[in-house]
Amino acid sequence: MNILVCISKVPDTTTKISFTDNNTKFNTAGVQYIVNPSDEWYALVRGLELKEALGGSVTIITVGLAEDDAIIRKALAIGADEAVRVNADPADSYFVAAQIAAYAKTKNFDLILTGKETIDHNNAEVGGMIAEMVGMEFVSPVNKLDVNGNVARMESEVGGATFVLEAELPLVISAAKGMADQRIPNMRGIMAARTKPINVVEPQGVQPLVKVAAFEMPPAKAGVKMIDPENMDELVQLLHNEAKVI
Amino acid sequence: MSVLVYVEAVGGKIKKAGFEGVSYGKQAANQMGTGVTAVLFGAADAAEVASLGNYGATKVLHASGDAFNTFESNAFADAMSAAAEKEGSTLLIFPFDNSGRALAPRLSARMGAGLVSGATAYPEISGNTLKVKKNVFSGKAIAQVEIATDKKIISFTPNSTGIQEVGGSAAVEAFSPAVKSSKIKLVEVQKQEGEIPLPEAELVVSAGRGMKGPEHWGVIEEMAKVLGAATACSRPVADIGWRPHHEHVGQTGITVRPNLYIAIGISGAIQHLAGVNQSKTIVVINKDPEAPFFKAADYGVIGDAFDVAPRLLEAFKKFKANQN
Ligand SMILES: Cc1cc2nc3c(=O)[nH]c(=O)nc-3n(C[C@H](O)[C@H](O)[C@H](O)COP(=O)(O)OP(=O)(O)OC[C@H]3O[C@@H](n4cnc5c(N)ncnc54)[C@H](O)[C@@H]3O)c2cc1C
Repeated sequence: MNILVCISKVPDTTTKISFTDNNTKFNTAGVQYIVNPSDEWYALVRGLELKEALGGSVTIITVGLAEDDAIIRKALAIGADEAVRVNADPADSYFVAAQIAAYAKTKNFDLILTGKETIDHNNAEVGGMIAEMVGMEFVSPVNKLDVNGNVARMESEVGGATFVLEAELPLVISAAKGMADQRIPNMRGIMAARTKPINVVEPQGVQPLVKVAAFEMPPAKAGVKMIDPENMDELVQLLHNEAKVI
Repeated sequence: MSVLVYVEAVGGKIKKAGFEGVSYGKQAANQMGTGVTAVLFGAADAAEVASLGNYGATKVLHASGDAFNTFESNAFADAMSAAAEKEGSTLLIFPFDNSGRALAPRLSARMGAGLVSGATAYPEISGNTLKVKKNVFSGKAIAQVEIATDKKIISFTPNSTGIQEVGGSAAVEAFSPAVKSSKIKLVEVQKQEGEIPLPEAELVVSAGRGMKGPEHWGVIEEMAKVLGAATACSRPVADIGWRPHHEHVGQTGITVRPNLYIAIGISGAIQHLAGVNQSKTIVVINKDPEAPFFKAADYGVIGDAFDVAPRLLEAFKKFKANQN
């Protein structure tokens, strides 16, 4: 079972978001980075569990510059065997997917896992693009994943129903809540991660397809109206007459 | 040339996001001086299919064969690219739901089409350049994304721009493109009976650790039932197993965008807010006047949930009884 897990660097969830250069660039000053939660908690941890049960190896891959080695070490500390960094600024999803697909084509992965979406651009694009580029099928979102021999059994929760699916490997899978639980790296993992090599590969020449022209902040809320807890009829009337939502 | 819109019918009924998609496509088509072709997947009767004209479709390609009755991303992606070729379309529109998430990235890569996922406003089109806004950083900011490739794809966040009736009529054509077969087999579908799916819900009643234990969720479920709302919860509540995982909303769970989000006994941590702050109206019930959620709320009630929630439930019941 050879598994490729795509990980992305994102600002910590508590980051105060601001912009520079006339609102065209994300202000990175003082920002702490983490591994994108669904990449780490679901894709990586389930990949490791499958490897532990079935043998094989887990390779993580990210597209980013040298400063991303910190989050790569974190993923290695959790238990990934090998790491690949495509040495380029991740310009857009298409660029990232093309880099990962190019690497994946040189290996024989049984599974390529991505997180459901990143918490910075919220695009949910990379998995489907990789699938198309490497000519594999794509299943999204996957909330449970088991592998039996050459067959993956998946549960996908969509629109109030759970779809139970089966397919032969290889597959590209978008990993969502329920697939695994967060793992805290232990001391041994952290020590081992320090000496695991990071395989740095140079990017393919690919043009991004989109770019962010500008950022802005959402309009501020008008302010909260406090209601007397003894007077819930008033709240219901406001929801009906003022907010017009019931 | 026409703008191509992805539309799904389930159980013979066109999904609301399908009508919204056609309205969205119509707005873009007006800017481009062209029409809208809807590609409808799934069986629906003639009146239902024709109703797409009312929202701006000039043509409907109806894919209703066996291959198109249940969602299958490979077949549906093939059908959409065949339709794009047939219509000479340069702009494709999808809803940013589970179908759009599976299809749009594949087609973007296949067609070399720039993709914006989760657009929250209509695009601005000038010549070959399209700009459109979407939420980034889980709703903490908005990005204006620019596509300059010849072919373009937008998936819009449902419930953002709404449905507009224009009162036109559409020519309907049966559509049965050749599609690759898939190795993905559907083993079974387990329906969550009676529940309203959270991502599509217009009203949501949500509760957090302030409820103290799963045995106290009766009032939450009953309130949801009275309103016709979906139930949701904070992450720790799902993690401890008080509530199922699929109810977890927030930055690492489901993002919702209902008309009304009622939060009971939830502190309003930044990660929770990220998943709910696009709700039209937010009601917060919390016993702590300093709870951060009040800053994001439209209506706030300071009080004990065990006292306030039953009272609010009664008020909703009375309101509903008077409406009938
Ligand atoms: C990387 C990361 C990702 C995360 N992602 C998410 C996410 O997606 N979604 C999410 O929800 N959280 C997420 N969290 C967790 C988040 O930080 C908070 O811990 C969590 O939202 C708190 O849940 P809560 O409000 O139910 O519980 P608490 O923080 O314990 O708050 C309980 C609230 O209930 C009130 N209360 C208590 N008793 C009563 C009563 N009797 N009547 C009325 N009010 C009462 C209290 O005043 C308090 O405000 C994430 C955290 C991290 C680090």
